[in-house]
Amino acid sequence: MRLWSVDLNAVYALLLREVKIYVREKERIVAVLVSPLLFLFVMGRGLSGRSPVAGYDYQQFIFPGILCMVLLFTAVTYGLYIIWDKRLDFLKEVLAAPISRTTLFLGKSLGGTAGAAAEGALLLAVGAAFVLPIGPARAAGALGLCALIAFLMANIGLTLGARMRSMEGFGLAMSFLTWPMFLFGGALFDLSGAGRWLRLAACADPFTYCVDLMRWILLGWGVFSPALDLAAVLAFCLATAVLGVYAFGGLQQSR
Amino acid sequence: MDAVIETRGLTKRFGELAAVDGIDLSVREGEVLALLGPNGAGKTTFISMLCTLLKPTSGSAFVAGHDVVRDELGVRKNIGIVFQEPSVDDLLTGEENLYLHSMLYGVARREIAPRMERMLDLVGLRARAGDLVRAYSGGMRRRLEIARGLIHEPRILFLDEPTLGLDPASRQAVWGHIRDLRRRKPTTIILTTHYLEEADSLSDRVAIIDRGRIRELGTPEELKRKVGGDIVRFKGGPRPEDFAGLDFVHEAVWEDGALRLTVSDAPRHLKELLGRCPVVDEVEVRRVSLDDVFLKFTGRAMAEEEGQDTIFERIALARSRK
Repeated sequence: MRLWSVDLNAVYALLLREVKIYVREKERIVAVLVSPLLFLFVMGRGLSGRSPVAGYDYQQFIFPGILCMVLLFTAVTYGLYIIWDKRLDFLKEVLAAPISRTTLFLGKSLGGTAGAAAEGALLLAVGAAFVLPIGPARAAGALGLCALIAFLMANIGLTLGARMRSMEGFGLAMSFLTWPMFLFGGALFDLSGAGRWLRLAACADPFTYCVDLMRWILLGWGVFSPALDLAAVLAFCLATAVLGVYAFGGLQQSR
Repeated sequence: MDAVIETRGLTKRFGELAAVDGIDLSVREGEVLALLGPNGAGKTTFISMLCTLLKPTSGSAFVAGHDVVRDELGVRKNIGIVFQEPSVDDLLTGEENLYLHSMLYGVARREIAPRMERMLDLVGLRARAGDLVRAYSGGMRRRLEIARGLIHEPRILFLDEPTLGLDPASRQAVWGHIRDLRRRKPTTIILTTHYLEEADSLSDRVAIIDRGRIRELGTPEELKRKVGGDIVRFKGGPRPEDFAGLDFVHEAVWEDGALRLTVSDAPRHLKELLGRCPVVDEVEVRRVSLDDVFLKFTGRAMAEEEGQDTIFERIALARSRK
């Protein structure tokens, strides 16, 4: 089936476009880091209460979650942006190109992944300098996971964005999807101490496994097993990519 | 006759409204066809279906031998498109836009650089190729888009209102590039426009589109002939009897103290007409325009439609009538 054929050259071209645009919008690169840094330094220091992990304070405890938060918000926002692109003739140029929707989806998604992962790398550097010691092995592992999480979140954003018609959808997705995913994901607290319903919601949230695996890598501590976390992240990546390709398959010019 | 585009009863409905209502059209390889009509006539919807950007509600269309519904990629490999609204990347340079487009369209790597040079020369953007598109003027963007639409050497080029919103000088420049392109390489061009002048000066054939249907199709000359011909007005002297027996004079009537003749191909016959006049004070020749053609075949002037009755308003109207 043509829908599933992939043209790597075209994927590279789409990715290259996103990267070039990303590095030219320098203000945005910094702006994206503002709220996570507030969380990390204001909330992290202000609520310097108990940390569930021995040897780490609360700020250090929430660092992996905040790192994941950057990826979540950056990549989902990037994906949702195609609602806007769809309204201009801008997206038509790529919709009319002789490439399958899978190629288009992968190119767009990897473009978002690259941008979000770069933000993750920046925050990781900030963290290594001011929050907790991060050795080269942990940094490499964390970067790899950043890429996976960014891919997952970009897929979610793009899938929703492809289905939505108006910019109002953007705000709705942010308040009904991104924030709940972040808060239920246990980025700011220890899930094992939470109530039953909260834990149930957390189990259904892909973000939970991202945070948990990031904690295993950076702190050597987590609620689930690292293997379960990794399996869940990979499964969510695959599932959202498949959904995304189908959503892109239905993309038409919006007027 | 080699048809490179063939449509049969091609229709697109938005709710109750038929934006394109059963169009049958056959376009020959290498010809320039202008789709002429007011805003909201269905021109863009029609070519969007040919470009596989919209799925037809019914009917069929073949572009370069490929079915637009079953073989989208086959169609897309053979076409280039210049959209109505700007679609080049602001934050990329002109060169980068061309390069990325070439990669998307599968142009071989070693071919890309020489083609980029050729295209930048063709549209006169060589000197600004390294600048961000953000710094380009409207006319320059348009030219870049034309270069981009051509760089993968499509068999068919679609131009959706190529000069909309350009100043007269830029418009002339864009027309020049389109003519230039045809001289260098025979390319089939489908262009939509609501400028009569544009259709007249660029195209081999004109299809008059109104409310989703093709009302008339022919060369600009044929269409003008159907309207009846040019107008020649004489003042002071000539009388209707003077022109009796001339087969190219269709009508001779008095109008505001002047004699008004309807004549086919006035410039060619003017000398003969003047030969029939013993004395004459004033002669006025007005060639029939596509404006007259549009008026005749749709019963409305183009200008009346300008800026109103767009597709959105028609959809809103169709909904409110329910």
